[in-house]
Amino acid sequence: MSHVEGAIVLAYLAASLRMATPIGLAALGGVLSERSGVLNIGLEGMMLTGALAGAMGSYFLGGPWIGTLAALASGMLLGAGLAGLTVTLGTNQIVSGVGINLFALGFTTVVERVVLRPAGIETVPAFARFAAPGLRAVPVVGPLLASLTPLVLVTIAIAPLLAIFLYRTPWGLALRATGEVPRAADTAGINVFFVRYMAVAASGALAGAGGAFLSLGQLNLFSENMTAGRGFIALAAVILGKWDPIGALAAAFLFGAAEALQLFVQSYGFGVPYQIPSMLPYVLALAVLAGFVSRAVPPAAEGIPYQQEER
Amino acid sequence: MTIRTAILRLLPLWAVLSSLMLGMGFVFLAGAPPLQAYEDLLRGALADKFGLATTLVKTTPLLFAGLGVAVALRAGLINIGAEGQIYLGGLAAALVGLYVGPFPQIVHVSLAMLAAFVAGGMWALLPAVLRLRRGVSEVITTLLMNYIGLYVVGVVVSGPLKEPRAPYPFSPPLAPSAFLPTIIPATDAHAGIIIALVLAILVYIFLEHTPAGFQVRMVGANPSAAAYAGVNVGRTVVLAMVVSGGLAGLGGASEVMGLKHRLFDAFSPGYGYDAIVVAFLGAGQPLGVIATAGFFGALRSGANVMQRSQGVPVAVIFAIQGLAVLFLAASLAVRRRMFRWSGRPTPSAEANPS
Amino acid sequence: MDVLRVEEVTKRFGPVIANDRVTLTVQAGTVHALLGENGAGKTSLVNVLYGLYQPDEGQIWLRGRPVRIRSPRDAIRLGIGMIHQHFTLVPQLTVAENIVLGARPRRPPFLDLPGAEREIESIANAYGLGVNPRLRVMDLSVGLQQRVEILKALYRGADLLILDEPTSVLTPSETEALFGVITGLVADGKSVIFISHKLDEVLGISQVITVLRRGRVAATIPRAEATPSALARLMVGRDVVFQIPKTHARASEPALEVTDLHVTGNLGHPAVSGVTFRLCRGEILGIAGVDGNGQSELAEAIAGLRPVTRGRISLNGCEVASWPPKARIAAGLGFIPADRYRLGLVPDFTVAENLVIKTFGDPAYTRRGFLRRQRIAAHARKLVAQFDIRVHGVQQPTRELSGGNQQKVVLAREVSLSPAVIIAMQPTRGLDVGASEYVLRALIAERDRGAAILHISTELEEILGVCDRVAVMFGGALMGIVRPEDATSEQVGLMMAGALHLIPASEPP
Repeated sequence: MSHVEGAIVLAYLAASLRMATPIGLAALGGVLSERSGVLNIGLEGMMLTGALAGAMGSYFLGGPWIGTLAALASGMLLGAGLAGLTVTLGTNQIVSGVGINLFALGFTTVVERVVLRPAGIETVPAFARFAAPGLRAVPVVGPLLASLTPLVLVTIAIAPLLAIFLYRTPWGLALRATGEVPRAADTAGINVFFVRYMAVAASGALAGAGGAFLSLGQLNLFSENMTAGRGFIALAAVILGKWDPIGALAAAFLFGAAEALQLFVQSYGFGVPYQIPSMLPYVLALAVLAGFVSRAVPPAAEGIPYQQEER
Repeated sequence: MTIRTAILRLLPLWAVLSSLMLGMGFVFLAGAPPLQAYEDLLRGALADKFGLATTLVKTTPLLFAGLGVAVALRAGLINIGAEGQIYLGGLAAALVGLYVGPFPQIVHVSLAMLAAFVAGGMWALLPAVLRLRRGVSEVITTLLMNYIGLYVVGVVVSGPLKEPRAPYPFSPPLAPSAFLPTIIPATDAHAGIIIALVLAILVYIFLEHTPAGFQVRMVGANPSAAAYAGVNVGRTVVLAMVVSGGLAGLGGASEVMGLKHRLFDAFSPGYGYDAIVVAFLGAGQPLGVIATAGFFGALRSGANVMQRSQGVPVAVIFAIQGLAVLFLAASLAVRRRMFRWSGRPTPSAEANPS
Repeated sequence: MDVLRVEEVTKRFGPVIANDRVTLTVQAGTVHALLGENGAGKTSLVNVLYGLYQPDEGQIWLRGRPVRIRSPRDAIRLGIGMIHQHFTLVPQLTVAENIVLGARPRRPPFLDLPGAEREIESIANAYGLGVNPRLRVMDLSVGLQQRVEILKALYRGADLLILDEPTSVLTPSETEALFGVITGLVADGKSVIFISHKLDEVLGISQVITVLRRGRVAATIPRAEATPSALARLMVGRDVVFQIPKTHARASEPALEVTDLHVTGNLGHPAVSGVTFRLCRGEILGIAGVDGNGQSELAEAIAGLRPVTRGRISLNGCEVASWPPKARIAAGLGFIPADRYRLGLVPDFTVAENLVIKTFGDPAYTRRGFLRRQRIAAHARKLVAQFDIRVHGVQQPTRELSGGNQQKVVLAREVSLSPAVIIAMQPTRGLDVGASEYVLRALIAERDRGAAILHISTELEEILGVCDRVAVMFGGALMGIVRPEDATSEQVGLMMAGALHLIPASEPP
């Protein structure tokens, strides 16, 4: 491979990783939530709020890491809100998620117009790319690594941690049981409501972090509706990843690669309309659901509010 | 009726009022006098000729798609795919408007609408079949189909259907005989709203006054009893999904034929998702859907005026709508729980799993 | 030593007394059987022991100390383990995961599944409960799944195990294996409470037998002194038979003939194993038996709601075993289901609508593609008057009616179609005396009109009082068909408990 081609491939990979990160974070949150039995359609809104909170936190409180914490907190808050509605009150999960998305869109846009713009805040302190001196010089992957920001690596690290949590700890086991047969979990002494609350709040936090990546890792500003539907793509990634953390991350990478392809196709022109590869992950997810590729079964209790029986 | 029952009955109203009141807070944050802003909003949506036209225009796709989702809801299904079905419907209508004809307007429009209905219906067929044959939840399949639909239209409109030398993807204009006529002169308001209202009434008649509608409602209200009574539940479910997709498809057609007169890439700003809210809050009843769609349309139309006159960003409306949705959903859920605690049996696995 | 002492425990659910001053004692290292029919109070009692219910009165002593069991957590901590009739396993998880679910982590914060698997294997080997802990529960047979349930209890240190009707879903060889396990547990000093309605099992495995009837302890007998007849008599009692004045049946030609019917249950086990009977016009044939012996599956198979694996169903001369429900309804089959709320009615629909859920497409109720709502309403008003259904108008949502009135709606609908054959499953469940009597009279009236009625119920008195012939179902087969005036309650009790096979009674006159 020639030097130029190699550089393009690396740039493409880097772009894919960057595009995949916010989707991946939100998808990891989606996995947690759905595995506990709650379909979190509000990931988009939680992500968007996280983007704003991250930007404002960074600007007002001192830097991107604090901003990320603010994003986590805001996402967790919305997640707890969704949990309160769906778990405690038993509202329809889908409608509640859509409501959160609507509200988040409105709220963040208003804040941007009414607080940030008048104050003249255009850019915020963001994550710096890895600038360690020798990094760029590392053969092959050096330039790739150097173009990344910390959150990318954090995301890649979180996925196996979540997998360990889910499959090797008692709380992860309890969470999985809650999403399949909540009655059995209840009988085993597990507090189904508490588990679901925690899972949905955590999904909100992760989605918030995904949003923070957009405003602090990819760019260094907040703009209206900057998530542009990534929260929904994350849901598709959860499906394609078969509700497994590592699978969801891999699926997110596929979606990120498709998104990056859009840019590259427009710059370099291949003759194939970019929508075709963009479509592919969704078609693949459908095939997986239909059982044509490998069978994927969602958590059995997903979407169904749990009603405890008489004591 | 006890005080408690009265309060419970009115809970949804409280929910809407609360969201409006909180909305005043947002308006105030935006630096405008709340009551005045609301007044402008209301006047802008309804009293002014252009505002009213905008209200009708914004209501139309919500009404079509909302009807579609409502029909699915009554059959016990959750159709999240209205967005994709809108796109396919718009595509079909555009194809008819561009390549078929010339015909008199009545014929051309009818053909295009028919094509849109079929296209939207077919787009909903795959999720329906997957649910029937493989037990896959239609919630996730229709969600995926949304993206595929969006991209299919994108490919077509960037390639074979693209207006030559267009700066971004859109199609050539449709034949004028495929336009939906304007109903308020010198505005955008088009006949789509009339078709939608007529359809709403037809859907109502279908559900309440025909045997097929009775069957659909039975399956949605209690599928086990429907099977016991001899109804073919699987077939009913598939048919309901197809009709649902068809109605949403008409929403896409109406946008293309009535408002834009061309097929644009990504022409739906999320109507399909709003339709879910509209159908749900309208309790799956056509009349409720009309009311909710109209409410949302008016809010969005008035928001423009409010922005021009008071400088309040349109986005405030989204926040208010979001709150309204959340509060309403909560109020409906609380109401059901209250009825359960008071000892009355709960409605069975219903069309409104709130 | 007494491991468990239950003293004067009473549990009420509203006006119903599920357990009425129940007193019994379980010795350590024994199998103590709880015998009784449906509604005797067996499951309520053990739910109290397991902390799922709180007793209204009475005291429980565990190993000589008074205890309060407020939740399953308490019960588990006190060493009580329960294997429910309907398993509480998560099919998608493995055996080991199911067993450690909710238990303290072995090596916090990690699950240490390999270590758990080893411990599970050693417990399994000690008691003959061999199962591969790495398999997913959904891939296991029912018998193996039950082993997982038992291992779950043993893993948490239970030494008093409660088994609720454990053999209802097992094959004969699995049952034998289970008995081996129980014997081993008891030899090791553990105690077992064995709930059953099956006499031969109870006599085979237990050392002490407590018979419950209508919430009270009828007697507690050591195994050595128990005989099948004595137990059957205690189970069923010498209660007054529910008498409804009726004329003698004048049965004529057969309306329903079921031949060697085999039906599979929800868990894949054979629920109906070779049932044969003939039901004639103008007679009521009752099917008695404890719930769970295949009656629901039999009724559903005849109604077309469950597939038939073998055998024939003949309705008015037509072979209908492969027909869909709609066709059977058209051929004259009516069905009053046991669960009227889930199956027989659409609760959100109005009374008028519910009365036509089977006939709404008929020409009588449609005109040129539209429903004739006035006709439907008029029809409803007629039926409401005829059956004295208490409603605020026929447009009232059916979910607002009382249980008795809801059942009348189902009854009215089925009867108004003048079906040739009516299957009535538990028709008086949940109804007060007045409503029950109404329903039974209506069924007799139908019989007099010439219908053939299959009356399936767990209420023995009701069946003996209303039916012309009574079949008893046990383990998916008919133990015998007798005439109420000829049968003794002891005989019927023995059949219900599986201890008596009669040659089916000769055909009716």
